[in-house]
Amino acid sequence: MNDSARVLVAHQLHKRFKAQEALRGLSLGVAPGELYGLVGPDGAGKTTALRIMAGVMGPDEGYARIAGKDPLSGDPAVRSMLGYMPQQYSLYGDLSVDENLAFFGKMFCLDKATFSAQRERLLHITRLGRFGDRRADALSGGMYKKLALACSLLPKPRVLLLDEPTNGVDPVSRRELWALLFELVEDGMAVVVSTAYMDEAERCHRVGLLHRGQLLMEGAPTRLMAEHGNAATFEDLFLAAVREAA
Amino acid sequence: MKDGVVIEVEGLSRRFGHFLAVDKVSFDVKRGEIFGYLGANGAGKSTTIRMLCGLLKPSEGRAAVNGVDVAHDPEGVKRSIGYMSQKFSLYMDLTVTENLEFFGGAYGLSRRQLAVRTDEVLRAVDMIEQRDTRTGDLPGGMRQRVALASAMIHDPPILFLDEPTAGVDPEARRTFWQLIRTLAGQGTTIFVTTHYMDEAEYCHRIGLMVDGRLVALDAPEVLKRTHVPGRICRVEGSGASRALPVLGGLPGVLEAHPFGAGLHVRFDETRTGMAALQAALHDKGLDGFALTPIAPTLEDVFLAVVEAK
Ligand SMILES: Nc1ncnc2c1ncn2[C@@H]1O[C@H](COP(=O)(O)OP(=O)(O)OP(=O)(O)O)[C@@H](O)[C@H]1O
Ligand SMILES: Nc1ncnc2c1ncn2[C@@H]1O[C@H](COP(=O)(O)OP(=O)(O)OP(=O)(O)O)[C@@H](O)[C@H]1O
Ligand SMILES: [Mg+2]
Ligand SMILES: [Mg+2]
Repeated sequence: MNDSARVLVAHQLHKRFKAQEALRGLSLGVAPGELYGLVGPDGAGKTTALRIMAGVMGPDEGYARIAGKDPLSGDPAVRSMLGYMPQQYSLYGDLSVDENLAFFGKMFCLDKATFSAQRERLLHITRLGRFGDRRADALSGGMYKKLALACSLLPKPRVLLLDEPTNGVDPVSRRELWALLFELVEDGMAVVVSTAYMDEAERCHRVGLLHRGQLLMEGAPTRLMAEHGNAATFEDLFLAAVREAA
Repeated sequence: MKDGVVIEVEGLSRRFGHFLAVDKVSFDVKRGEIFGYLGANGAGKSTTIRMLCGLLKPSEGRAAVNGVDVAHDPEGVKRSIGYMSQKFSLYMDLTVTENLEFFGGAYGLSRRQLAVRTDEVLRAVDMIEQRDTRTGDLPGGMRQRVALASAMIHDPPILFLDEPTAGVDPEARRTFWQLIRTLAGQGTTIFVTTHYMDEAEYCHRIGLMVDGRLVALDAPEVLKRTHVPGRICRVEGSGASRALPVLGGLPGVLEAHPFGAGLHVRFDETRTGMAALQAALHDKGLDGFALTPIAPTLEDVFLAVVEAK
């Protein structure tokens, strides 16, 4: 695939925190309609990579592009194309579920019809419909996470970056959220999702296995599994690859 | 205290305003047991744990932890337990060692004990190299390991772990569970919640919560036999997502969902069978799928119980 087919590009990203090299030349590209999974051991650099692609911070070297534009530029066109959910997300604890959604709806400048359609759908998927007037800080851990996810899914950006969106989410909701992600990419969105769940990685169109700031391997999960000793599951492949690299 | 029972819960309830978060829950946990507490988001797991740790007053019922009543002597309970909360409880601007020393000090460990225990728990969670790192600079999965280390710094006989492995990588999760099993083997009682169903397999017994009520309680093997109606087969082949709507709509199919790169289909064996499923795929021009019968997993138990409510 050439770069023009890719709505999200990361080119030779390097990032260092004091003595710690978090990224050491990471490159990847994601096309519209593609669901890209980013996996790797704790500390591999997943969050750093996503933050740079989201324009939250700049790389020391290399660049990121969203539809050809620099996410660091502050260009409003980039802002409206890009959705990002950080690993540590905070909502307004003293606002209710409904009020949080309404706040984010306004922030994303959604018109009334779009907002209420999206809101309905997301409340259904997250099973938070019954709890509209509960304050966010009185929600359970997983309910809070699902509300955060609902808020960041309100707009339909062209590029969506999700940093471990399903931590703490129960198996039923996790299935429903993945069904939603597949609908979104079918509509042409490009999604990058980092995850600690290897069954989720196995469902992505392509996966990048990040290790110490570099890609150890990248490709369709079934192909990677076949190429690397016919691993039965992606988790087996992950464990073998990371042990070998260590 | 009943023989070997270290956690005794009877008719325990908790209300928030009119909302009943925990509804007359009763169970016992024995010394050295790994007790898994499962349920959907909002089912009442953390609320139960907070009551058992003496952090939240029960609305009704009673519970005793290590023989101490949680409502009458919450401070007494806190001395014999370690608690790892679902939310981060660490000081982000302290180093890893400083955090452990802070928690150890709060539990009354001496300087000498602190030095020994800090080293031991850091080794146990494989974080010795990061001991001088500022906790806020650690990636999420590693902070989780420090939180576990801080919960066991004082070597408590009972550990309450609320989603200890959320976001932890597969390798570290395995190491973590080896540690849990070693601790349990030495007599530490483990009360743990998780949304990873593969981890729940390590538990001796599992309690399943639905909307505040404890609806099932047994060993994983028993739950799989008794709580998953029908049979399950795995469907493998390219384009499994196209097979999903076809199979999901067939008579006798109780449930069909994606699982890894393939599908899991649960069906009523008195109404349909694997040959019929194959035939239905063939009718839609979908060929080349391999169907293999599989034993139910705890994920199947979870889905069957939670969806059946
Ligand atoms: N602000 C920071 N200051 C110092 N070091 C940092 C900072 N952010 C990240 N790091 C370091 O960079 C490396 C990569 O961290 P990153 O958070 O990107 O990992 P990750 O793959 O997201 O891990 P996890 O799965 O645990 O979330 C780690 O060694 C981490 O300690
Ligand atoms: N202070 C509070 N005020 C009102 N409701 C509350 C309060 N604390 C908890 N709840 C409600 O009690 C219910 C149970 O919450 P709890 O945190 O015990 O769930 P959980 O089973 O631990 O879920 P998760 O898997 O998401 O962690 C939820 O509906 C939650 O919103
Ligand atoms: Mg991260
Ligand atoms: Mg909880």
